[in-house]
Amino acid sequence: MFQTVALSGSRGERQLFSDVSVTVKPGTLLAVVGANGSGKTSFLRMLCGLLSPDCGTILWQGNDIRQLKELYSAQLTYIGHLNGIKDDLTPVENLKVSACLAGDNSSGEVVQQALEAVGLGRSVHRLPTRVLSQGQKRRVALARLWLSTRPLWLLDEPFASLDAVATGYLTQRLQSHLSNGGVVVIATHQEIALPTESVQHLRLTR
Amino acid sequence: MSQPSMSAALRGVVRRDLLLAMRHRSDVAMSVFFVVIVASLFPLGVGPEAAVLRMIGPGVLWVTALLACLLSLGRLFTADYLDGVLEQTALIPQPLAVLVVGKVFAHWVISGLPVVLLSPLLGLQFGLSGDSLGVLTLSLLLGTPTLSMIGAIGAALTLGLRGSGLLVALLVLPLFVPVLIFGAGAVTSSLAGIGSEANLSLLGACFLLSLALAPWATAVALRIALE
Repeated sequence: MFQTVALSGSRGERQLFSDVSVTVKPGTLLAVVGANGSGKTSFLRMLCGLLSPDCGTILWQGNDIRQLKELYSAQLTYIGHLNGIKDDLTPVENLKVSACLAGDNSSGEVVQQALEAVGLGRSVHRLPTRVLSQGQKRRVALARLWLSTRPLWLLDEPFASLDAVATGYLTQRLQSHLSNGGVVVIATHQEIALPTESVQHLRLTR
Repeated sequence: MSQPSMSAALRGVVRRDLLLAMRHRSDVAMSVFFVVIVASLFPLGVGPEAAVLRMIGPGVLWVTALLACLLSLGRLFTADYLDGVLEQTALIPQPLAVLVVGKVFAHWVISGLPVVLLSPLLGLQFGLSGDSLGVLTLSLLLGTPTLSMIGAIGAALTLGLRGSGLLVALLVLPLFVPVLIFGAGAVTSSLAGIGSEANLSLLGACFLLSLALAPWATAVALRIALE
């Protein structure tokens, strides 16, 4: 179970959100919504420990993530609005390195299957990522979800740059993760085509 | 659910950075050419007087190595910061300081090791004797990783700042001074025939001290930059 208690955040002098308390149970997706600049990205970065909140606590399985440190990192997969991939490496190399660093299966076959699952055919697997389109680069980043065995996924605008087909692939993957008892937190502007009982909304306001 | 071992994570970081360096061979070559050209300019400028060249040789070669390290520091974290790889690295379930060691090691292999390997050849231009060339190589072998580790702190502290190149130089050059003094001093002592053990020992101490402290300081600075 994932929980925030009275979480407040700001950027510089500007208060983004305050007193946010939310509980996300296993098998649930939390959609964080709000206008541009409302602090969705900052909220997500706080949840993964990259940003410190002004006040409040984030709990994973009842424990403060500041105490869990690396143990907490081992539970989550984060995909930010930056793809976190290297333009000079091929999609296969990017995924292999990131799977190896995350402790996931990084064998060539598994990595290729993950890329095919996001609709990237073998013809692009060995090209430098720099020659791919924005949408294809986003698919490479999201292919990490097909390799991840971690229970908590934190995704910042994962549907950005994706076409309808890729959006469908991702929605299916989210559905299967939730069915396995995973927790997903998404910052998004889009409606997510998942059963309403598994989706919770959080609107960020100042 | 699995978690990478510390050594696997370290190997992963080193492998990725070396792979990227292989894709940017021109960057590596530029560092090497810089060292060769700068070290070659001095004998041309100062003249062929063997005694003068022998006297200035250790200092010139060490300053050249130091500047080559400084020039390459900009590449250490900036690209990772801009493409989001740095935040992914910060979320690897291992201490960030350990991963910093991997990045600094890769940086040294790319920018420091070529200088170490070239140093006997460059030393010949300054008329250094066989023993002194050995001491020069050994001193650079101990000193250049120290420069990379100290430089990493500066590179992390200035990450994301405008004009960070100049700022890094201002921050780290004073910290490079002891390494420069002991490194050049070791070769000068060897040339004077008074033994270079003391200077090499001090260089070794600098290396161990930087290995113990610099990765932690760099990790803290990187976390601040990511905020």
